[in-house]
Amino acid sequence: MSETNEAVRELVVVSGKGGTGKTSLVASLAALWSSKVICDCDVDAADLYLVLAPEVQEEHGFSGGSTAKLDLAACTRCGRCLDLCRFDAIEAGPEGDGPASIDGFACEGCGLCYEICPDGAISLGPSENGHWYVSDTQHGPLVHARLGPAEENSGKLVTLVRREARRVAKEHSVDVVLVDGSPGIGCPVIASITGADQLLVVTEPSVSGVHDLGRVLDLADRLSVPAAVIVNRWDVHPQGADDIETMCRSRGVELMTRIPYDPDVTRAQVAGVPVVEYRDGAAARAMRDIATAAWNLLEAGHERESRVSEEVS
Amino acid sequence: MASPLRVAVASGKGGTGKTTVATGLALLLAERGIQTSYLDCDVEEPNGRFFLRPEISETGGVFVTTPVIDADRCTNCGRCCDVCRFNALAHLPNEILIFPELCHACGACALLCPEGAITEEPRKLGEIHRGVAANAASADGATDIDFMEGCLDVGEAHAVPIIRALRRQLPESGVVIFDSPPGASCPVVETLRGADLVVLVTEPTPFGLSDLEQAIGVVGAVAGEAVVVVNRTGMTEEGDAAAKRLCEREGLTVLVAIPEDRAVATCLARGDAPVLAVEGYAARLAPLVELIRERVAT
Repeated sequence: MSETNEAVRELVVVSGKGGTGKTSLVASLAALWSSKVICDCDVDAADLYLVLAPEVQEEHGFSGGSTAKLDLAACTRCGRCLDLCRFDAIEAGPEGDGPASIDGFACEGCGLCYEICPDGAISLGPSENGHWYVSDTQHGPLVHARLGPAEENSGKLVTLVRREARRVAKEHSVDVVLVDGSPGIGCPVIASITGADQLLVVTEPSVSGVHDLGRVLDLADRLSVPAAVIVNRWDVHPQGADDIETMCRSRGVELMTRIPYDPDVTRAQVAGVPVVEYRDGAAARAMRDIATAAWNLLEAGHERESRVSEEVS
Repeated sequence: MASPLRVAVASGKGGTGKTTVATGLALLLAERGIQTSYLDCDVEEPNGRFFLRPEISETGGVFVTTPVIDADRCTNCGRCCDVCRFNALAHLPNEILIFPELCHACGACALLCPEGAITEEPRKLGEIHRGVAANAASADGATDIDFMEGCLDVGEAHAVPIIRALRRQLPESGVVIFDSPPGASCPVVETLRGADLVVLVTEPTPFGLSDLEQAIGVVGAVAGEAVVVVNRTGMTEEGDAAAKRLCEREGLTVLVAIPEDRAVATCLARGDAPVLAVEGYAARLAPLVELIRERVAT
């Protein structure tokens, strides 16, 4: 028997380009799906809490790495750390007389200086990077986090938040996790989607949106995560929406829904509620369609996996 | 060594108009004959080229080193795995496994291997493209724009080494516009580090303002002065008022406010620069252009 039968299934909403409407869509899916845990993986611009009114139940500190500290009293100014640090994090004194201090923002916490210092003048301390929370919302549990400004290790924090969301799901006997991802294709996005069951890519019908969509779909292919595409504000540039449809067809990716431009999306955000709870306008109706279609995709993926695992066993 | 005026355009939230403002500034400064470089530091999703349409003349790979183990010399002692703080090396019973995507290229494993069994080989992370963007505005004395962008290879995790490589290409004078990625973590820090002026582009919504606060935190940590552009005003009164309150509280000047306008959205979607294609848009950015022009002159 494969584990996939009991495993929690994760649907992740990403975009490539920022500001295409990921979080507004996730908030509406959260309001419409009956049984799920919600997870905000956009840890350095976490906004889902603003429309889900969470009540924090658990708060934890997050330390994703270490930062080197220099004890000048023990340092004999041999300069080895200065020569060997590849991140220019060791700052030289004004007279060229060895290290003077360590730039905590440049330091990546690799520990090389700590390992090679002959004087034992460098120590490694845990860096305090942010916090993560488990909260209750009207629409189910929310696992979210806040990376401190200018902090590192967002990928590690994303991995942690996802793991905790799966734990909370098991505790509540819920088998779906709805994940809000971050823009881009780098470290936090890879951490958000590796091993996920389904991606929804929200894009917009602009040259930038289409270009960035292509890169996210390439990443999804590499990580073998199935993706479906949503075009937001499609009527701002109908030709662009058609181009996206052509691109999806040529790549064998489903274009799930087109969402029209609707000022209610911003008004709902200002009111602090998901769009579908604000007014049943054009965007809200499109999001209802997405909620049904995306849920069906997750179910279909689950059935497919169950069949495969039965055949294997 | 002489250094240029470094202006970084950042936001926190994605899609607030960073690239629109950054490319618009580059076009308007060059139009006034000021030596201008544009650096697209959003290396995960670089889009500045759509609006500046540069002729790319140089392409260079960005490489980091990654460990390679000589199996004949390796005694499987596991020291490399102990010193690696990024879990890029795993100690298995009969071998050491390497995960290149997790490697930060610090060199600790190679340096500290007691058998000298580890060497480092270059691994490609992405590319840097450089070229010239002809200034479409044909004003007298207008100059072309020195264009540079970084582009992370799909599947790679680390944007910072590419931004670092871009920063090594800076000219010695004029103005450099750094177009920042969204967010408030390492790639943004690397972009904003040492900026003389940060232009924070926000939108008057709860998401925009929450992420603006994060971006203000980065400015406080690694850069100097900041001014604010509020983009898409007039959508809601509450939002506009909240943006004003936040900037007052943080002691930030709102230098530019740009009303929500569907014509601008359509223009951007097509890949046209609003400063060239939308009537009155360039005038909105004028106070910012003027501020930068004064700083370069002095």
